[in-house]
Amino acid sequence: MFTAAAAGLLVALALVLVRAVRGPSVFDRVLAANTTGTLSVMLLSVIGFLTGRPEFLDLAIIYGLLNVVGTIAVLKFFRYGNLGEPGKGGAE
Amino acid sequence: MSALVDALSWACLVAGAVFCIIGSVGLIRMPDFYTRVHAASVTDTAGAGLLLLGMMLQAGFTLVTVKLIIIGLLILFTSPTATHALCKAALMRDLKPLLAEGEATSKR
Amino acid sequence: MIRFASLFIVLFLFWVVLSGFFTAFLLGAGVLSALAVAYFAARMQFVDHEGYPVQLSPGLLVYWPWLFLEIMKSAWAVSKIILSPALPVSPTMVKFIPGQRSVVGLVTHANSITLTPGTIAIEVQHDEFVVHGLTRESAHGCVDSEMNRRVRRFEGQA
Repeated sequence: MFTAAAAGLLVALALVLVRAVRGPSVFDRVLAANTTGTLSVMLLSVIGFLTGRPEFLDLAIIYGLLNVVGTIAVLKFFRYGNLGEPGKGGAE
Repeated sequence: MSALVDALSWACLVAGAVFCIIGSVGLIRMPDFYTRVHAASVTDTAGAGLLLLGMMLQAGFTLVTVKLIIIGLLILFTSPTATHALCKAALMRDLKPLLAEGEATSKR
Repeated sequence: MIRFASLFIVLFLFWVVLSGFFTAFLLGAGVLSALAVAYFAARMQFVDHEGYPVQLSPGLLVYWPWLFLEIMKSAWAVSKIILSPALPVSPTMVKFIPGQRSVVGLVTHANSITLTPGTIAIEVQHDEFVVHGLTRESAHGCVDSEMNRRVRRFEGQA
């Protein structure tokens, strides 16, 4: 049954990849990347159960953390043109 | 009892995978960026939540369940923040939302 | 000080859960790390009613189950829209005034709106929310909603 869930997640990932390639705006691509991150976290946890190795859950937690930092960093870059200078708050 | 829990967790896993696929189909079918965000949030909440619930039922009361809860809380707290930042950045970059007819005036 | 102690305990439990080993060395390292992180957070003036709103946790037990049910209901509605061949969307933007006073309440309300499929909070200010909805009904359903009342009751427990 975990195999079926993993297969479904792979199909979903393929569909998201289509949107990431087609665009049209850069925000569509960032949205697709963000969704890919969520789906990858799920796929990692399911694979952990599938192979009976719970260490994969730790990888999933790290991947989830990196995913949100990556999304916010890309968006900040598109909004302000740089990633901020030290000692100068990025928010308005 | 354990057969019941098994059946319940399988139902949750399949339903979660189906919600993930539905969200991805919506990501392709929707007409503009802002409506696509709604489709992606189906994957982020219902899909991920049901998959995690199914895995928790399989794991029982162990450390694995606690880790799954941590993953769930992580997704629940970060995904709306990322979505909000995405939409606000898109609006600031003058990506105009596609609005239904007669709705442009309702922006009081 | 109670806030500091509870932050330390929560961080230490987090360490134990993630490590899963119960040797003296690893538990000691966990105590030191949790103490260091709690101290840094206190030095950054992060441990206050806004950065670490532990006073709200009883309200969460009432609010979260309701929110989960709401998420499932609207996820089902959005899935039906996605799968129907005609794709009956009517994207709508509404502005309204939220009923919350505290920053934590405003953020809870905005995050709940965004978390529910079918609605996104785009602009979040003290005196104005801008919400984008997938359909006309879902967008107008955010104005003066049940969620607004529930979050107001939830933050009132502070």
